[in-house]
Amino acid sequence: MSDEAERNQRERDLTPGHHHWFDDDAGPVVRPYAMTRGRTSAATRHRLDLIAVVVPEPAADDPGRDQTLSPEHVEIVERCSEQPQSIAELAAGLDLPVGVVRVLVGDLVEDELVHVTRPVPPAELPDVSILREVINGLRAL
Amino acid sequence: MAFGRSSRKKPFVEPVTLKILVAGGFGVGKTTLVGAVSEIRPLRTEEILSEAGRPVDDLHGVETKTTTTVAMDFGRITLREDLVLYLFGTPGQDRFWFLWDELAQGALGAIVLADTRRLEDSFAAIDYFERRGIPFTVAVNCFEGARRFPAESVRGALDLDPEVELLMCDARDRESVKNVLVAVVQHALVLADRTPSAVTT
Repeated sequence: MSDEAERNQRERDLTPGHHHWFDDDAGPVVRPYAMTRGRTSAATRHRLDLIAVVVPEPAADDPGRDQTLSPEHVEIVERCSEQPQSIAELAAGLDLPVGVVRVLVGDLVEDELVHVTRPVPPAELPDVSILREVINGLRAL
Repeated sequence: MAFGRSSRKKPFVEPVTLKILVAGGFGVGKTTLVGAVSEIRPLRTEEILSEAGRPVDDLHGVETKTTTTVAMDFGRITLREDLVLYLFGTPGQDRFWFLWDELAQGALGAIVLADTRRLEDSFAAIDYFERRGIPFTVAVNCFEGARRFPAESVRGALDLDPEVELLMCDARDRESVKNVLVAVVQHALVLADRTPSAVTT
């Protein structure tokens, strides 16, 4: 940015009313990955599968435990406290990309507010007995 | 900051979750199929992908595009309180859905939904699952007004391996879709029995 452009930008920023749209009604003006502070991967060791289920820890009931959580973090915990939910369900419910939800859930795991069930590890088929149960379950639907 | 309902005494049931993919061309009825058996209205989830991994020969004409958004519709079937099956419809209009490789990781199997009027739309999906060794079943969605072909000639046109099952189905019909799902899991069971090393969990 040239000096002049920078000056113009600064003037625009200082103009009163320039931020008039910046209220709750403005909708999603925040780019999705801004919610993760630009992080695209979580701190946890393995990538969270779409069908990994997020389960709240007892600590999540403790009010005021962590003031650094964003509203999205809080909403994830609240949704899972109703009923544990998969990463895919959370992403659809929050209308956020899956990658963003992964990072946010990773933060919550780190904070020990939730834990995540691990579905069948990649490159392995589920146990034969589970497959039989699935067949029986489908037939009984 | 209170997280809503506190003092929950009963521990949560942690279900085993499994997924089956539903692939096929655009407009072949993937979301309809998911909706026919799902206990929830199909939900949509999106992922923003960088195209770094895209095959080089595909770059022509789209050199400036660096990310793409892949959307998938999915549904859920709770078989038991502790056993939940998710169905993911791969996005048919997006040529790059296969980049979402992780979707296939750990998938128990796949349905390739085919339309006899546009069989070529299912080639990519069949190729993909064959190459990755993911158990799949081909389901021909019998659209009203479309000509019916004998299963054998459809098999031939798709060049299916003898062990891959091909079924006729109506993606709107719950019973019909249930049959297809059972066929997929049965096929997975046969493969799992054959390779005992893969079932060490």
